[in-house]
Amino acid sequence: MTSPGEFYQRDRMWHPPAYDKDYKTSVSRSPQYSLISLQNSISEVTGPVFGHNDVDPLDKDLIFNYAKSGESAIGERIILHGRVLDENARPVPNTLVEIWQANAGGRYRHKKDTYLAPIDPNFGGCGRTITDENGYYYFRTVKPGAYPWRNWVNDWRPAHIHVSVFGHAWTQRLITQIYFEGDPLIETCPIVNTIRDKAAIGQLIAALDRNATIPLDSIAYKFDIVLRGRRSTLFENRLEGN
Amino acid sequence: MTQTLDYLKETASQTAGPYVHIGLAPGAAGFDIYREELGWDIAGPNAKGERIRVEGLVIDGTGSPVKDVLLEAWQANADGNHAHPEGGGDVEDGFRGWGRVITDFATGEWGFDTVKPGRCPGRNVGMQAPHINLWIVARGINVGLNTRLYFEDEPEANAADPVLGLIEWERRRATLIAKRTERDGQIVYRFDIRLQGDGETVFFDI
Ligand SMILES: [Fe+3]
Repeated sequence: MTSPGEFYQRDRMWHPPAYDKDYKTSVSRSPQYSLISLQNSISEVTGPVFGHNDVDPLDKDLIFNYAKSGESAIGERIILHGRVLDENARPVPNTLVEIWQANAGGRYRHKKDTYLAPIDPNFGGCGRTITDENGYYYFRTVKPGAYPWRNWVNDWRPAHIHVSVFGHAWTQRLITQIYFEGDPLIETCPIVNTIRDKAAIGQLIAALDRNATIPLDSIAYKFDIVLRGRRSTLFENRLEGN
Repeated sequence: MTQTLDYLKETASQTAGPYVHIGLAPGAAGFDIYREELGWDIAGPNAKGERIRVEGLVIDGTGSPVKDVLLEAWQANADGNHAHPEGGGDVEDGFRGWGRVITDFATGEWGFDTVKPGRCPGRNVGMQAPHINLWIVARGINVGLNTRLYFEDEPEANAADPVLGLIEWERRRATLIAKRTERDGQIVYRFDIRLQGDGETVFFDI
């Protein structure tokens, strides 16, 4: 008889380090001391629970969720879909997935974004959904534009969608960015390159998925998200109590 | 050749960036889109226990407040139970134990209202002191930072807490203890988080 135990440790060589002088903002925002390693307690193997009451069906359609009646967002229409899995390749059902992004011109609807590209009056730039019982999620949106940012003098972010996922435990909490297959800006981006392992970067690039396109309507990209997996304890090794 | 293990790799983290508010707190980005934004009510109206407010700054290595942070909190209720199937027991109707909060764009101050959590079981033996797990993301933070807030007025529980006890340097333990004050009849705990430099907060790999 096996029972659920703690989560596999995070591979810190696979994730970006806190400090990377080529991503300049990280320099003063990176802790200098080592992280203190903590074995999971009840406070870490639990986490917030979300349900379908927390979101509305339209929340996942960014083409329409902020558009005036009869109008829609401008840009290349895409379906972004995939599964949330854990490291044991098991689906993570009923978990909250939230995304945010720039519009097709590379401009964010944010009072701090002053890029000269125009705001799209029909595009908010955020969406959210709950994975189904198979861990599956999908959004409809427009492909975001690349945008310049202040790091080196002439840095441009590749097209990307920010994504936030919870899983079922506090240890699984993750925010990352989704890039798009074939984008030449990925290779030179200082934020992408905070990740040292090429395979880890590859895992952040959504694949063009022709099978999931809607003909004459939307092109599709597939992006699976993997959260930390959980150990099965074969022998008694209780996480809690005494 | 050996057999191949068929585990997947965890998706690598990337910074939440400066516009995290659009996705997780759109009202703060300047627009209204959802029926209800998530994470603004941690304890709900029915929660028992002491009502408290938690406030602080996140301070960078130059000593400046970080003004584009998003923090998330995860905590037990006053009985020490988490709102989760493995959370140890029942919680009040409407108690979520989870919240998110952003810093003020001008000052960097953040704060949230909740109830003071109770003690919950430790990993193998004993009880943990009351604490709130905090997760911090921002532009310039490549992987979200995990820390814990403990309470100044729980000296005995803190002294026996297995996590605080893991921190070998007593001076650094102090970075996790929130200071209790009272303002207009309300209990306010002050918890400044230092990302780097003098008094750097203890962060955990959980
Ligand atoms: Fe961005």
